[in-house]
Amino acid sequence: MRKVTIIVMAAVIVLFLASWILKAGAFQGEHDHYIIRGFLVTFAAFLTLAVMSFLYQDNPYYKFAEHLFVGVSAAFWMCMGFWTTIVQNLVPRLSTSLADFFEVPQRAEGLNFFFYTPVILGILLLLRLSRKIGWISRWPLAFIVGTTAGLNFIRYLRSDFIKQISSTFVPLLGRDWEGIGAFFSNLDLSATGQLVMMVSNWVIFLGVFCGLIYFYFSREHKGVFGAGSRVGIWILMITFGASFGYTVMGRISLLVGRITFLFRDWLELI
Amino acid sequence: MKLSVFLFVLLLSISISAQDEPSDTDPAIIVPDSELVVVAPVTSLIAEDHKYDKGDHIDLSWVPSIDDQLLDGTVIGYKLYRSANGGEPVLVEEFPPGTNAFTDDGVYSDSTYSYFIAALSENYAAESNRTAPIAPEVEWLNLHRGWLFLIALIVGGSVLLFINAAKRGTKLFVRKIAGLEAVDDAVGRATEMGRPILFIPGIRDMDDVQTLAGLTILGRVARVIADYDTRIFMPTSRSLVMTAGRETVKAAYTAAGRPDKYNDDMVTYYTDEQFGYVAAVDGVMVREKPATVFLLGAFFAESLILAETGNSIGAIQIAGTARPAQLPFFIAACDFTLIGEELFAASAYLSGEPMQLGSLKGQDVGKAIAMLAILVGVFSATVGLAWDIEFFNDIVEYLSDVFSAR
Repeated sequence: MRKVTIIVMAAVIVLFLASWILKAGAFQGEHDHYIIRGFLVTFAAFLTLAVMSFLYQDNPYYKFAEHLFVGVSAAFWMCMGFWTTIVQNLVPRLSTSLADFFEVPQRAEGLNFFFYTPVILGILLLLRLSRKIGWISRWPLAFIVGTTAGLNFIRYLRSDFIKQISSTFVPLLGRDWEGIGAFFSNLDLSATGQLVMMVSNWVIFLGVFCGLIYFYFSREHKGVFGAGSRVGIWILMITFGASFGYTVMGRISLLVGRITFLFRDWLELI
Repeated sequence: MKLSVFLFVLLLSISISAQDEPSDTDPAIIVPDSELVVVAPVTSLIAEDHKYDKGDHIDLSWVPSIDDQLLDGTVIGYKLYRSANGGEPVLVEEFPPGTNAFTDDGVYSDSTYSYFIAALSENYAAESNRTAPIAPEVEWLNLHRGWLFLIALIVGGSVLLFINAAKRGTKLFVRKIAGLEAVDDAVGRATEMGRPILFIPGIRDMDDVQTLAGLTILGRVARVIADYDTRIFMPTSRSLVMTAGRETVKAAYTAAGRPDKYNDDMVTYYTDEQFGYVAAVDGVMVREKPATVFLLGAFFAESLILAETGNSIGAIQIAGTARPAQLPFFIAACDFTLIGEELFAASAYLSGEPMQLGSLKGQDVGKAIAMLAILVGVFSATVGLAWDIEFFNDIVEYLSDVFSAR
């Protein structure tokens, strides 16, 4: 280990201990478990800074935070999966004695032996641990993929296809059109006016239609078809640009949350 | 006299306490008082089986109390009562004035039900006649979705037809998809640089079609990798995706004639936790420095973190997702991005297999139908509304019925 590394590590440990002592002192009188409370706030600040240090380069502190995060979360989700899915949802539907053993309440609808199907499929999945009969684990996997494809076919056909088509039946001129002259002489620029409504409907129509052209794979994008495709990709890019800005603003608020934690809860500077 | 006053006060107090604590099983609270605001009951109460359901709905309709129709404020609401198998009536729902229909979804097909409604004034409840007992029926087919079935049949049938045509040797044209042209080059670059290839299948499970699409492309990519004898590493955040990923990569190595080169460590699981997974994959990127990164699947808030880290290590990045909110980040940080539908078309394009090409062409038939319907619908809506032509308005109504997402 290099000398600089040892010095930095020693400094981090000293700072950590100093922060712990100071925070524990600050919490004394406010909390019963002020020593633990002080440790937790200091540790949270340390992990925040350790993760942020990745912006400089990979380092042992980031690795520590990364491995801790992965290990704790993997164990957490495994426990959640066991206690919420198997114990709370499955067991009460399968066996009264097992439900009593785990002290979970019986389901109002009673036992349902149909739920042995996921149990069997789950056991089949675990067979992949065996070299001899591991191939059987492909069956439940095929079942999952097949049912997913089948169920999503109807779901997406309704929500992303049919619904989209009927929502695009918009009038491009508005109600009771009296000609271009009358339109400009009675021009209404308000948000609910005819002009805004017309522009909005044109954007919907062109956006959907040209977008469909872009995603049509059976024809080369040349000529009129190519022009429509270019309009489609332009509309997509404008949408992505707006979405980018909107989402970045959301991420900034997350950063503000962490900065607030560091400066208010930990350092108490604000 | 004192006795009669006492009795009156007693009756009044009983009636008030009865109004304060109404019982669900005792609908009509009739108080014999000259100050009662008497209202007429609802009429023509009809209970009908709800069509095309699994026997768990009953439709009710009625004509509101005549006093409600006068809008003089005497009717303050309605209470609907249900009696199952001739038993005691129980309160089902309360409605505001003016209500004249309701669908009861708390019934079962193995019981019979009768209903009545109490029209309420501030101190009076007028019961309607009871409906005849009715048992909700189970219908096996939902004919409301006839058009949906037909459209699914056309799209599905087109897929089958094109698959059949492709199997018979008919050449099926698919236009160039820029991102996919780069797959072989990207794998070749990793081979020349002696660095691994990182394949990230998103953070959703096998019940997401984007994950399935990503794994399908993985099959093709892994085949090229096996041919070039390059290393691949695939971290996953779902155990089932890991299992499927291992199967896919193993099959690709076997198909390439190099089953001995495959090992399970190529595909590993980290954690289901979104940002725990991201932290681990970022760590892998900066330590292993892969030459090529594939990000194909369902991504959420982690998309930019992953793509930006991949960009910072100088990897060629090919990304694809159908999540509109994440596509901007991939477009900004990756070299090639498969936008939405292109992700699903990619596997067919790459493999050239009849099954997948036929599927892609069949979907294009659906898109052609959509474009035609939109053109007709928009034209009819424009002409029909602008010049109030009934014929075109009828076309819009008809098309809206055909393409209704019921």
